Amino acid sequence: MGADQILQYLLSGITTGSVYAIVGIGFNIIYSSTGIINFAQGEFLMLGGMISVSLSHSMPLAAAIAAAVIMTGLIGVLLQRLFISWLKNPAVLRMIIITIGLSILVREASLHIWDEKVHALPFWTGSETSSLAVLGARISPQVLWVLGVSALMVGALTLFFRHTLTGKAMRACASNATAARLCGIRTSSLVTLSFFIAAAMGGLAGCVVSPLTQTQYDMGTSLAVKGFTCAVLGGLGNVTGAVAAGLLVGVLEAASISVLPLAYKDVVALAIMLCILFFRPEGLFGGRAAAPAGVR
Amino acid sequence: MRRYAPVVLLAAAVIAAQLILSFLKLEFLLTQLTMSAYYTLVALGLCLLMGYAGQVSLGHAGFFAIGGYTTAVLSTAGAAALSFAPWLSLPAAVAATAVVALVIGVPVLRLRGHYLAMATLAFGFIVSRVILATAVFGQADGISDVPGIRLFAGLVLSGKRTLRVQNYYIAWALVTLGLLFAVNLIGSRVGRALRAIHGNEEAAAAMGIDVGRFKLAVFVLSAVYAGVGGACLVHFNAGIGPGEAGVMKSVRYLALVAAGGMGSPWGTVAVSAGLTFLSLRGAFGLYDDAVFGALLVGIMLFAPEGLFGLVARGRRT
Repeated sequence: MGADQILQYLLSGITTGSVYAIVGIGFNIIYSSTGIINFAQGEFLMLGGMISVSLSHSMPLAAAIAAAVIMTGLIGVLLQRLFISWLKNPAVLRMIIITIGLSILVREASLHIWDEKVHALPFWTGSETSSLAVLGARISPQVLWVLGVSALMVGALTLFFRHTLTGKAMRACASNATAARLCGIRTSSLVTLSFFIAAAMGGLAGCVVSPLTQTQYDMGTSLAVKGFTCAVLGGLGNVTGAVAAGLLVGVLEAASISVLPLAYKDVVALAIMLCILFFRPEGLFGGRAAAPAGVR
Repeated sequence: MRRYAPVVLLAAAVIAAQLILSFLKLEFLLTQLTMSAYYTLVALGLCLLMGYAGQVSLGHAGFFAIGGYTTAVLSTAGAAALSFAPWLSLPAAVAATAVVALVIGVPVLRLRGHYLAMATLAFGFIVSRVILATAVFGQADGISDVPGIRLFAGLVLSGKRTLRVQNYYIAWALVTLGLLFAVNLIGSRVGRALRAIHGNEEAAAAMGIDVGRFKLAVFVLSAVYAGVGGACLVHFNAGIGPGEAGVMKSVRYLALVAAGGMGSPWGTVAVSAGLTFLSLRGAFGLYDDAVFGALLVGIMLFAPEGLFGLVARGRRT
């Protein structure tokens, strides 16, 4: 394998990996504020892609994407308000089943609103044939969009959590909801906000990868599983950890193609996930003591 | 003897249903009832795991598919190896399911909550992707032309129209036996241990219960229920496709158990027999998967004890 080929795998791995990272961050945001793992997280990417494809027929691409992101965010809020907000201290199993049920309802609704076909947003710049040369490897300009948008999202999120009052309140709420409430933080609206952010981020990621990987109504589940892998590998609740883990999983998955047939690509990512859960459930960066509840 | 009331009731209902349908010349309905029996077997196994050991599994369609595909391969491509006794493919299928459950169960059951759910979901995904990627399993086409299997006493496991009544009874006899085994297990020392684990694992361990071993045993047992269902249905349907291993199937089993009331084997059997039959008859049309999704959400929001729990609560107030 030549150096340019390695670079090619690396770049394609980083591209898919950054999408997994976004899904993983979505898990983290909702998990931090509610303790819920939202199994419908992958569906937000599908919704973002689908809505923007539909809107792009009747408005400029940028406007369609912006509208799709906001609508996906609002759908996240709607799901939280309708199905989750009024449950008081639900059991973990109950929340798992409810969010799985929601993911199916979203998926089935999309199947009936759109169809079972594969849709794709037009390339943001250039077309599917245009490519850039990067150190000898050929990449689509869309790859740069994916990397740029992901980096921007992660950066914005970090700034938001570190430096804004709302972001700090969300962190307070995550570490101790009762104490946060005693300080006058309205935790319930922060939970809604966290669903909005997670859904909108998923929606934007769905838009940016749509030209490359296409959008189909049933793409959510495998994304959710892989995103969860990154969230766990990076340590649940750790945004930067999820990014590193996402890139790692993406690169490993891309490298597997050079060894195994393409059809086994998903198997590799999922096997990685099982191994991580079995051997390092506390994540790459956490100590044993940092292991969250649910792991012994 | 109250413990056995559901078993007797089920046996009576099975016989009554056949007599009534034959009398009304609606025997063609027995085909879907037979299929729903095998799916019910999977739900029953999952009910034991979720209701009594308190462990969730989102990968039971994977076990169903392992059972089904093992016997399918052994009776088509690998038929020559078993030509002396074709029925051996059934025990082989069940054994394969049990072995996979054992291997996967040891590490998986150390996890809890979200981790367990995701790990089992990933397991189901892996099984379905391996089937789709492997030539022996027919990839997207699945395996067809699986022959019937001659059992003992002239019984034949097959979907032939002339054998319809016989196969209906084979299928539901298996469910009845499964239910009998389940109620016996629940009423035994093992059942009490399982309920203790469900209530509080640490407390159960402190009482001297070997938590890990019990959880693993129930996990393997519930996978065996699924494997038996899968293996038998393949011969009845004369084929199997990759859809049987899909995540949506696993979620359906979960929905059936949730609606039947977790920890209520007879409730699971009743709900599963009814809903699976309706679904197989195409009663939900295009909204088949949506019905099961809505069922999951609705039950968990409003009646976490299941449909029958809702009835009981209504009667009390």
